[in-house]
Amino acid sequence: MEFELTEDQQMIQQMAREFAEQKLAPTMVERDEKHIFDRELVHEMCEAGFNGICIPEAYGGADGDYLSYILAVEELSKVDDGMGITLSVNVSLCAGPIMSYGTEEQKQKYVRPIAEGTHVGAFGLTEPNAGTDAATQHTVAVLEGDHYIINGSKIFITNGSEADTYIVFAMTDKAKGLKGISAFILEKGMPGFTFGKRESKMGGHTSITTELIFQDVKVPKENLLGKESEGFKIAMTTLDAGRIGVAAQALGIAEAAMQYAIKYSKERIQFGKSISSFQVIAFKIADMAIKIDAARLLVYRAACLKNAGKPFSKEAAMAKAYASDIAMEVTTDAVQVYGGYGYTTDYPVERLMRNAKITQIYEGTNEVQRMVISGALLRDKK
Amino acid sequence: MEIVVCIKQVPDTTEVKIDPVTNTLIRQGVPSIVNPFDKNALEAALQLKDKYGAKVTVISMGPPQAKAALKDCLSMGADTAILVSDRAFGGADTLATSNVLAASIKKIGKVDVIFCGKQAIDGDTAQVGPETAEHLGIAQVTYVANMDIKDDLVTVERECEDGYEVIEVKLPVLVSVIKSAAFEPRFPTVKGKMKANRTEIAVWSAADVNADEKKIGLVGSPTKVSKIFTPPRRVQGIIIEEPTVKESIAALLDKLAEAKIIL
Amino acid sequence: MAVIVSKEKCVGCGICETACPFGAITLQEGKAVIGETCTQCGACVEVCPVAAITREEVVTEVTMDKSQYKNIWVFIETAEGKMKNVSLELLGEGRKLADQLGQKLAGVLLGKEVAALSKDIFAAGADEVYLVEADELEHYSTDGYTTVFSDLIQAHKPSVVLVGATNNGRDLGPRIASRIGTGLTADCTDLGIDEETGMVAWTRPAFGGNIMATILCPEHRPQMGTIRPSVFKKPILDYNRCGEIIKVKSTVKWEDIRTKLIDFVKVCTTACNLEEAEIIVSGGRGLGKPENFKLIENLAEVLGASVGASRAAVDAGWKPHVSQVGQTGKTVGPKIYIACGISGAVQHLVGMSSSDVIIAINKDKDAPIFQVADYGIVGDILEVLPMITEEFKKRKAC
Repeated sequence: MEFELTEDQQMIQQMAREFAEQKLAPTMVERDEKHIFDRELVHEMCEAGFNGICIPEAYGGADGDYLSYILAVEELSKVDDGMGITLSVNVSLCAGPIMSYGTEEQKQKYVRPIAEGTHVGAFGLTEPNAGTDAATQHTVAVLEGDHYIINGSKIFITNGSEADTYIVFAMTDKAKGLKGISAFILEKGMPGFTFGKRESKMGGHTSITTELIFQDVKVPKENLLGKESEGFKIAMTTLDAGRIGVAAQALGIAEAAMQYAIKYSKERIQFGKSISSFQVIAFKIADMAIKIDAARLLVYRAACLKNAGKPFSKEAAMAKAYASDIAMEVTTDAVQVYGGYGYTTDYPVERLMRNAKITQIYEGTNEVQRMVISGALLRDKK
Repeated sequence: MEIVVCIKQVPDTTEVKIDPVTNTLIRQGVPSIVNPFDKNALEAALQLKDKYGAKVTVISMGPPQAKAALKDCLSMGADTAILVSDRAFGGADTLATSNVLAASIKKIGKVDVIFCGKQAIDGDTAQVGPETAEHLGIAQVTYVANMDIKDDLVTVERECEDGYEVIEVKLPVLVSVIKSAAFEPRFPTVKGKMKANRTEIAVWSAADVNADEKKIGLVGSPTKVSKIFTPPRRVQGIIIEEPTVKESIAALLDKLAEAKIIL
Repeated sequence: MAVIVSKEKCVGCGICETACPFGAITLQEGKAVIGETCTQCGACVEVCPVAAITREEVVTEVTMDKSQYKNIWVFIETAEGKMKNVSLELLGEGRKLADQLGQKLAGVLLGKEVAALSKDIFAAGADEVYLVEADELEHYSTDGYTTVFSDLIQAHKPSVVLVGATNNGRDLGPRIASRIGTGLTADCTDLGIDEETGMVAWTRPAFGGNIMATILCPEHRPQMGTIRPSVFKKPILDYNRCGEIIKVKSTVKWEDIRTKLIDFVKVCTTACNLEEAEIIVSGGRGLGKPENFKLIENLAEVLGASVGASRAAVDAGWKPHVSQVGQTGKTVGPKIYIACGISGAVQHLVGMSSSDVIIAINKDKDAPIFQVADYGIVGDILEVLPMITEEFKKRKAC
């Protein structure tokens, strides 16, 4: 068992770290305060090639491994969790399913621009009445000649209105229930495809979350992803991979929180000494470190399993559930270490705590993750 | 178009600290980087490559670890990298260094533009660029903030103390650049980094570049370092923080008048 | 390698490892080993407590007969028909060197119709002026000035050449040094004469100002150096002095000058002439918005000062690059430097730490600028600036 990163992995990790520190850090506070999704910065992140890390060269990528890409999500998220999730959605939720289920033409047409950094992606599954109960889709796609006509809406879509390519799920055969869902590739600008309001959220202010609205959107039948009725399977397997990205995002947020807590605890003097000399605080930090390291190992292991083509669904769910849960704990504790100051917006930890919460919810709530894990463990083995 | 960019690997001197007790330099933990002005120079070269399709070669005279700096440059988009390295180059001052670089550039062949950064942040001399241009017998422009090329005519904006000159010069020319908005260095790409990592950097010795052994290294250096010392530290002076701004200002001006400064 | 560690004497104390500015020394098996990045600077030689390190003398083959070279020359840089301050400063310092060595001081004046400046050059202490006038030399050009100056050096063999470290000076100096094949020391902040050998000892900062190096040019002539403006004081001009004007014909033809000056764009007024300023008031990010630079300018006007800016202010577009003080801008050494709303990052300090007196105004009492300031006020500059301007006005009036 090798616990060291390879040279290539270290290099990409270092590159992502430098990008985050040089390009994202200077404006993070302002962008969080003013809820700015900075298209220019996203463009720079894409142009630097982070989207293409683990995409094959044949489709414009750098042919790197999956862990390298996860390291990039982690590093970006330490500074700007919004950028981290934008990257994760681009690669895991948009390019990912096309790579797994798409035709050669679809891969060249839609994966290449994402890999080469000119396009941003999004994934539209969730609806107002279909969250965890994803099978109850109300968005409908009807085949008419050469096109599917899609009507309906999606909610809480990351990169919504900014993305160029959207994986959208719709019901093609209501009678078949789960098996009546199909996946489609939509492009921004298709007539009838519009965007609803931008969600005002508790945190994640540097990423954009909107509604997608479909009014008689004509989608060429070449844009069906996979086969009709494969939609639900595509959604689930895509989310399996996507949750490693979310786990990495949560990990990055937790790591940042711990670093701030360590720094502050050494600077803050009470009773004539730094608060880090009090066991109460020192032990809090020790616990943060234990949780973060454990999360890190879960995340990296899930990434390595996926990279090796081995089953990784249970491990990805464990990584996502654990990393997001400890991110919430670590950021809460970090605010505690900062005391009153931690509650104010002058200090960074309240932002991290607000940002951590969503990682326990999206791409499958942690309850769903536990369903996946327990399902795998309790299933009768034949 | 053939372009050469001269670069140097330097310690990040803005990270260097002085030990307060011994008053000596603390070198440990100071990262080695590509000299920042050389990155501006490389950016200038890459912009010409983007616009007119040029071949960009980065070259450095240095010890083996300078390969890391050359790889950084490859990851930004340079086409080829060459390390000129030889024990005989050790102890070189700027004249000896420029002799080696000139010999190396002659070996590369016909070159249209040579880019250099204004100065290295460790030596701080700003001499190697002009001296190299002289050895090669080509024109030079220094303190360049912006440039463009049409056919074989180069137009530059050259910074002066209170403005800038617009200068035209025909190729070939050596251009020494400053940090300007036009030459903000681009971030490397993932593909660039991975490719650079796998690249074998060519290493040229003194013999490979036909360097005159009397003109290189310590032997070829007319200047010699006689002494190195740390300058006396500036000590913190008087900080004034009276209850009101008015009082602070009055206190400050009283002190200045006392010391006969300004008043 | 010319720096050698005696294995017998070395006790492995590691003092040399810490002293090496280039990180070239490591301890291997208890003994100091000097690696590839050694530049033979000799810092280790000095600090070794058991004298285990020696620097071998390397014999440089020389083709110059040093005894033939005499006298101190100063390059007279002109701008808009006047001598630049730095040239006056160098004449003042050059006079001292010439007196110490018992040699003559000469100014080298190139240009078009500049002969009238000779009297100022004599008044500053020169014995001679080498005057080369030609249309081709009206404006500075590398080719024109290098050729003329190098020819003069070949013909008249000065022992020392001083050039102001201005943009043009740092363009010209190395080109001449390279053509002649001699040593040039850049950006000096101190000059001295070694009593024994009569050689000039050039002292200059390196490593971003973190260390100082003293350089010699033992075998090659002339010994050349560029010197920073405001390092030396301007001499008191004595117009009773006179000297000899040596007129030399220029051999430079227009086709020899490969660079063509098309235009000159002045970006700011004398207010941003930082090199020659005695007082500089600088503004930083703490000003908040570009309009607030007016407060800096008002204070500068009352003090007769020039206006500088930190990199943050320049990057934000509030001031042009020619106003920037710091590692990637200008290095200045005025008598007084007033830093307003500037935190004092290392990169900025590099550009102004050689000022005689530093005054800092900043609302953050932990700002690093206060560690190098001689006087500091902790306060909001938007509040302090208008009031301090008024107060200076008042006190200066009486």
